[in-house]
Amino acid sequence: MEYIITFLDKNGLVFAFLVIGIIMYFSEGISKTLTRGKIPGSAISIFMGLVLAYFAGLQNLGKKGIADIPGFSGFEQMGGPMFRDFAIVSTAMGASFAIIKKTGPIGILSLFLGVIISFLSGVIIAYALGITDAESLTTIGAGACTFVVGPVTGTALGASSDIIAISIAAGVVKSILVTIGTPLIAPYIGLKTPQSAMIFGGLMGTTSGTAAGLAATDPKLVPYGAMTATFYTGLGCLMCPSVLYFVMRAIF
Amino acid sequence: MLLRGVALLAACFVAGQILGETLGRLLGIQANVGGVGFAMLFLILSQNELEKRGLFHIEMGEGVTFWSKMYIPIIVAMSSVQNVRVAFSNGVLALLAGIIPVIACLALMPLLSKLAPKE
Repeated sequence: MEYIITFLDKNGLVFAFLVIGIIMYFSEGISKTLTRGKIPGSAISIFMGLVLAYFAGLQNLGKKGIADIPGFSGFEQMGGPMFRDFAIVSTAMGASFAIIKKTGPIGILSLFLGVIISFLSGVIIAYALGITDAESLTTIGAGACTFVVGPVTGTALGASSDIIAISIAAGVVKSILVTIGTPLIAPYIGLKTPQSAMIFGGLMGTTSGTAAGLAATDPKLVPYGAMTATFYTGLGCLMCPSVLYFVMRAIF
Repeated sequence: MLLRGVALLAACFVAGQILGETLGRLLGIQANVGGVGFAMLFLILSQNELEKRGLFHIEMGEGVTFWSKMYIPIIVAMSSVQNVRVAFSNGVLALLAGIIPVIACLALMPLLSKLAPKE
C-alpha cells in the first residue's frame, strides 16, 4: 500500500487528471439523468469538489481539502494559482477587445462600488456582533472583499490572528457562495451578456469564485468577468488598509 | 505550430503577471494588481496583430484552446483544495460577513446594467 501512495504523490498531477476526469464523468451523468440537463455538469462537478474538500477537511483537519489526503497531493498543483491563472488567460482568446473597451468605464465603477459596499457591509455585521475597534472592523470588512485582502489588511494594521482567521473565512465563504450561486441567480440579474459579466466581476471580485461561477453559467462569459475581477483584490489591498481604515478610525 | 500557441499564451501570462506584480510593488501593497487582466489583454491584442499580418495559424489557436478547455477541470481541482471546513466552522460572523456583502453587491447589478453601453 505504502509504495502505491508514494507513487501517486510522486505523479500527483497525472493522478489528479484521472480523478477529476472521473468526477466530471459522473457529474455529467447526474446532470443528464437527475436534473435533465437543467443544472450543468460543470456546476455539479465544482460543487462535488467543494463537498470532497469539506469532508477531507473534517477527516484530516488540514487546510488544503482533498490535497491533505495521502496520494492526492497533486490536486494542489492542478488547482493551484499557476494553472488557474494560465487557463483563465487562455479563455481571453476570441474575446472582443471592442466590448471590453466600451464597457471599461462602467467596469471600473463597479470595481470601486464592489470594494466599498463589501467592505461597509462586512464592517456593519462585525459591529453588530460586538466588535468595536477600528483595526478589527477594518480587517473583517477587508475579508468581506476577498480572502487575500483580509489577511493583507489585517497584517498591515496589526490585527489579532483570530480576527485575521475570521477575515479569511469570510472571504472563503464569499468565494464558495459566488461559485455555487452564480448559475442559480444568473437569469434573475440579467447575467447573460459580456457587459453584464464585466459588471458582475467588478462587483464580486473573488477571481476564483467569479470565474468558476461564470464557467458554470456560460463559459463564453468567463474572460469578461475575470478581466474586471482580477483588479478587485489589488484595489481592495490598496483601499482597505489606507482610505477605508482612516474612515474607520475617524468613526470608531 | 501547436507549441507556438502555447508559447504565445505563456509569453502573455509571464508579461502580464510580472506587470501586475511590479504595479503592486510600485503601489506599496503585497498583492498582484490585475496581472491576469493584463495577460488577457496582451493575448487579445497579439492575436489580433498576428491575424492582421496573416501569421496566426489555426494550429496555434488550438494550443491556446486546449488550455481554455482545461479550465473547468482546473476549477474543479481548485474547489476540491479549498478550506471549506474553516469557512463553515468559523462561526456566524464569518458566514454573515461572507454572505451579506454578496447580496448587497448583487442588488446593485440591475442598476449598473442600465448604465452599461448597448452592443
